[in-house]
Amino acid sequence: MATPRKTKKQVLFAQGNEAVVEGALLAGCTFFAGYPITPSSEIMEEMARRLPRSETGVFIQMEDEIASMGAIIGASLAGRKVMTATSGPGFSLMQEHLGYACMTEVPLVIVNVMRGGPSTGLPTSPAQGDVQQARWGTHGDHPIIVLSAASVQECLEMTVTAFNFAEKYRSPVILLLDEITAHTREKIELPLPGEHEIFNRVVPSMPPEWYKPFEDTMRGVPSMPPLGSGYRYHVTGLTHDVMGFPTQQPDEIKALIERLFRKIDQFYTDIMLVDEYLTTDAEVGVVAYGSVARSAELAVAQAREAGVNAGLLKLKTLFPFPRPFVERLARSCKTLIVPEMNMGQMSREVKRVAASLTHIRTLNRIDGQIITPSQILKAITQG
Amino acid sequence: MIPDCQLARFEIRLSGTGGQGIITLGRILGYGLAIGHGYYVSQTQSYGPEARGGASRADLVVSSEPISYPKTETVDLLVALSQEACYKYYRFIKPHGALLIDTTLVTQPPSNIYLGLPFTTLAAEKIKVPQAMNAVVLGAVCYYLPFAQRAVMRKALEESLPAKIAKLNVKAFNLGYTEAEKHFGPSPDAWCPRPAESVLE
Repeated sequence: MATPRKTKKQVLFAQGNEAVVEGALLAGCTFFAGYPITPSSEIMEEMARRLPRSETGVFIQMEDEIASMGAIIGASLAGRKVMTATSGPGFSLMQEHLGYACMTEVPLVIVNVMRGGPSTGLPTSPAQGDVQQARWGTHGDHPIIVLSAASVQECLEMTVTAFNFAEKYRSPVILLLDEITAHTREKIELPLPGEHEIFNRVVPSMPPEWYKPFEDTMRGVPSMPPLGSGYRYHVTGLTHDVMGFPTQQPDEIKALIERLFRKIDQFYTDIMLVDEYLTTDAEVGVVAYGSVARSAELAVAQAREAGVNAGLLKLKTLFPFPRPFVERLARSCKTLIVPEMNMGQMSREVKRVAASLTHIRTLNRIDGQIITPSQILKAITQG
Repeated sequence: MIPDCQLARFEIRLSGTGGQGIITLGRILGYGLAIGHGYYVSQTQSYGPEARGGASRADLVVSSEPISYPKTETVDLLVALSQEACYKYYRFIKPHGALLIDTTLVTQPPSNIYLGLPFTTLAAEKIKVPQAMNAVVLGAVCYYLPFAQRAVMRKALEESLPAKIAKLNVKAFNLGYTEAEKHFGPSPDAWCPRPAESVLE
């Protein structure tokens, strides 16, 4: 008789960066190419340790971030689940290939651990200055998915989510962390196998000669065979037709770009992830993301003790911007406070959707320090 | 193991100079309290871009409840292993807090109420390895924290280090613990609030 398996979860005391690696491996990542940069280096170090030990894992240190992106795009086209990790300066170098991945619909995950900028800036200090770059950094009109995480456990979960979204929507997904989230050590539980749903890209079911690589479907996401599996097709960054060859025809261009947007747009409810904390009766709302959301959580709890009905909307998906949640909170609150470690990148979005509904107050800090709970508490209580 | 103390954000700051092993100390202390004792622990760090020198700091929040803000604003225990760090962070100690200094390196304590041991001298003379200084500090901190147990913390130390240096560090840990036993008084009662009766059921 079989004895029931002991299903005790493994508990680790790990950094956010290490949790990203656990999440990636759980999601089935088998290829990592990158170039080390503080404060993201631990992701690369851990991948270098872990991937070669797994059965099919490949780890490559590339000559720079441009090549890193090239390598993971190639590996993804060949059927791998892929990831790279970097920080601000490296993320700037990745922008060109990021656009290529958007246009060719290559699933991949980029982790950007934000540090102080611009340029080399503050390598060891936190910031949230790459938010709009993640949305609009690469040229051309494109949709993209940008996620964030606030705690170590969330780093693991959001990495799994990032891979799932990448595979489901055939799109690059950017996971924006900051130095604090990446370097904080906390106790985390590793999920049991099967606890998280893992998505894999849809592969074509028709014979190779019938396959149209960029054909529109109901979901707007074409099926994707691994290169070398008998399905021959053309991949180009030029605007292409359903067969993947360059086109100048307005109707084909329009169909392609509209599909790229539609495949993300029509699944907003699936993609927009937020956490709400005491928002049901909130009069003062805080909208925050990343490590600042944790300062905000403590500030909201302290404000409640002081008799102010405060609430927190923590954004886990940054783009597509979770508009319905922000609007709903804006309608019930007399003030929305948007604390962030930049000069106001997410507050632009909040103002865009909620300026007519409520008073919006920004709280910015750009000196390489986290926004403290007492700063946010002051903003809440002073209105 | 069920912790005896019902902690609500007990905050510790370990500070000194880059290269002293401050962040390693924070990592091992955090590991011991989180995995060994079962508390919620959040350990953050702050350091400069230099490989050696420059200010280095590790902050720990220990709690019986999940932790929201992972950093510290004011601290219950400040461990200062350099004069500069001592001056810089002294004012962040809470009313019932304590200051623990390395009396070899901090020659001008900002107050005459402090706990001190010559950690650097102890490591260099008794252990003969100056790099083991942080393990001596860990021993002393472990003695002074009412919710940390010697055996559990020693095990955490062993598990966190490569086998070839584990034995030496355990020796340094024991030295720190016994020295603290000799020189430190009991820790403040406020550091270990007992759980309410109803919570026990």
